[in-house]
Amino acid sequence: MSSAVTVLIPTALRPQVEGKESINLHGSSVKQIFASLTGEYPELGKRLFKSDSELNRFINVYLNDEDIRFLDNLDTAVSSGDELSIVPAIAGG
Amino acid sequence: MSYVQSLRCKECATEYPIEPRTVCDNDFAPVEVAYDYDQMQGRVTRQSIEAGPRSLWRYKDLLPIEGAPLAGQRSGYTPLIKADNLARELGVRELYLKDDSVNYPTYSYKDRVVSVALTKAIEFGFDTVGCASTGNLAHSVAAHAARAGLRACVIIPDGLEQGKIIGSLVFGPRMVKIRGNYDDVNRLCSQIADKYNWAIVNVNLRPFYTEGAKTHGFEIAEQLGWQLPQHTVVPVAGGTILPKVHKAYEELVTLGIVDDNKPKIHAAQAEGCSPVVKAIQEGKELFHPQKPNTLAKSIAIGNPADGYYVIDVVNKSGGHAACAADAEIIDALKLLATTEGIFTEPAGGTTLACAIKLIELGHISRDESICICITGNGLKTVDALAEVGNFPDAPVIDAKLTQFDDLVSQIDETTTCESKVSASSQAASNIAQVKCR
Repeated sequence: MSSAVTVLIPTALRPQVEGKESINLHGSSVKQIFASLTGEYPELGKRLFKSDSELNRFINVYLNDEDIRFLDNLDTAVSSGDELSIVPAIAGG
Repeated sequence: MSYVQSLRCKECATEYPIEPRTVCDNDFAPVEVAYDYDQMQGRVTRQSIEAGPRSLWRYKDLLPIEGAPLAGQRSGYTPLIKADNLARELGVRELYLKDDSVNYPTYSYKDRVVSVALTKAIEFGFDTVGCASTGNLAHSVAAHAARAGLRACVIIPDGLEQGKIIGSLVFGPRMVKIRGNYDDVNRLCSQIADKYNWAIVNVNLRPFYTEGAKTHGFEIAEQLGWQLPQHTVVPVAGGTILPKVHKAYEELVTLGIVDDNKPKIHAAQAEGCSPVVKAIQEGKELFHPQKPNTLAKSIAIGNPADGYYVIDVVNKSGGHAACAADAEIIDALKLLATTEGIFTEPAGGTTLACAIKLIELGHISRDESICICITGNGLKTVDALAEVGNFPDAPVIDAKLTQFDDLVSQIDETTTCESKVSASSQAASNIAQVKCR
């Protein structure tokens, strides 16, 4: 079963997606959404993923407000209307 | 003129010009300022540094600014205290405290990074600066921006200590509180920096901001008579200062200013927020983020951006890591106050508590030189301490000598002395059954 999920693209990655701020995709898990995303934009895939199954360690992915590492990581289920944000890690204090 | 060459990705070494930049476009890794150390040889020396102002700007040649400092002209050059009372209590030979609880003007190590970031913001032509903060950074950005004539917008998690909120608001910044923890604030700020053309010091000025943290390390070395301590214990929140203290030591070695004694760098975190310490203890290269739950709010960052580099530096230098429970943090904070007269915030209590554990475990030798980095001031977090500090109520009397006499007669002087000594000894033994020598 597939559903529409909005992926928010940060500025640094927009050149790889024809300048788009967000992209709507279908899939039932984060992994599926990212598979269609990187299928369509292979250059983006190279930056997002370290290997087929592992995200680049400097990328944080949030499903709505939650870091997917607190959920089921790439296996996290998504449903219609969800937002996936790709956010670079930043310094703090 | 400066010795700055470029911004360079810490992972793939891609070079970028000197510009506001958050991360490398290729891999999202942090970018770092690269310098021409060859050009510095013979020019940046002990003498050239000692001839500089008594502020962090004496290390200007090793900082990424082009002209004169435009913010924080008096920040840095905080005391390095030889802590003989505390050393005796802990049974160690040579103990120092790098005391940024009295940094100018906002009493935390953040005055260092903000001085550099705001100078850079003005060089780049920004009129508005901002930050994502656990409190100390907001305090510092607000104060420095006021003096530099910049607009400020500071973003903090809801539920911070009043001292930090009022302490920031007095400078007139726009403040926004976010429902959630620092990691939520951080995520939002990253998106804000993406959308608005503001200088967010720890986002798009991050490469310059983080360089300011090196001055904490430079000062330790200079104030030790141009030597490196064999052990440095550093608190870890977002992971900025620990790798930068190490970088400072490395730069001084590269320039022949200090001898390389293979200094070990140790990491300290609160048990309620210890992703980096857990990774080091479990021998992992990557950490798993945590939901913070500790009274040491200034270091409650569960998803530290530079956590990987903390793990790397600690391991590479032969250091270790420890974490401390809230009760241990308070005990250590009080021990520091009663032995050395320094009132630090819970982050400082964390660092000391962890140092005590590392000493007790033998990871820090009692016969080697130790420096503990105290990065914040307790007066900003009194409300946190009032709740859990377990302080006795002070007696209230009329202004009559007879009533005071009555009080004195109730207190046996011998008991007072003993209880003072046992209170501080107990603090240490509570933490790790430290044996006094």
